[in-house]
Amino acid sequence: MPLPLFWFFAVLMLAGGLAVVILRNPVAAALAMVTSFVGLAGLFIGLNAYLVGIIQILVYAGAIMVLFIFIIMLLDLETEERRAPKAVPIVGGLGIVLAFTIQLIGVLGNTPSSEPPPLDLEAGAAHYAEISPGISKKLEAAHEAGEERIPDVNLVGQLMFTQYNLPLQIIGVLLLVATVGVVVLSKRQPT
Amino acid sequence: MAGLHSYLLVSGLLFVIGLSGVVLRRNIIVMFMCLELMLSAANLTLIAFSRFNLVDGLPDYHGQMLVFFVITVAAAEVAVGLAIIVALYRSRQTIQTDDLNSMRG
Repeated sequence: MPLPLFWFFAVLMLAGGLAVVILRNPVAAALAMVTSFVGLAGLFIGLNAYLVGIIQILVYAGAIMVLFIFIIMLLDLETEERRAPKAVPIVGGLGIVLAFTIQLIGVLGNTPSSEPPPLDLEAGAAHYAEISPGISKKLEAAHEAGEERIPDVNLVGQLMFTQYNLPLQIIGVLLLVATVGVVVLSKRQPT
Repeated sequence: MAGLHSYLLVSGLLFVIGLSGVVLRRNIIVMFMCLELMLSAANLTLIAFSRFNLVDGLPDYHGQMLVFFVITVAAAEVAVGLAIIVALYRSRQTIQTDDLNSMRG
């Protein structure tokens, strides 16, 4: 990912995140969060994680944000009135944030920074030759064309439906349980 | 090309922004949004490490699988959490955490 593009998406993401914290209107905060997630998806795609980037936009910017805005509409929230800020939570909160930032800088100072290593499509094709000839063929074709293009969806799907089959099904059950739980929670309690 | 440091720095900053939102804001829906920001910051770290540690010349797809599962669990969590907020609003008519002090000793 070219450097200017990286900083564009990074600043977009951080500005969206800051706006979520600062803006007082909940609807504006939700829309700022969409901006933040679009920036994040740009960073994902820049890191050759195309499928995850698209899922980020579909699930977060699409589904989850619609849910948030729907709930804000349902509760009919106005811009919250200004309340006298309490000193203890603000000082404590900023203290935690400051300590975390200092720790972050300390950790980053100790880890060696590295440029992203170039993808080696030929080695990938050799690795997938026995596992999945289709993926291997696509990697080979991209390698011969001299492009840094990977069949991302095929690779993720191949892993998900072989090595991660059990977690995938557990996640399915989890989603079902969450759906049932939401229905039970939002049903009017008989009083 | 942006190095690993830049990605870790940006992801850490996003986490700090989310953390400060959870601590400072008193609207429970906005606190919930900031939780999502923190989860996304962790996802960015996972994807960055997956790209910078190549396995067989390709990104480490186990990291991306973890991100996939985190996104799914986050979606389920948002659904349940918002249902709890709606139930809370029905019984108390408020979503300000200041007004929810019935368990204060």
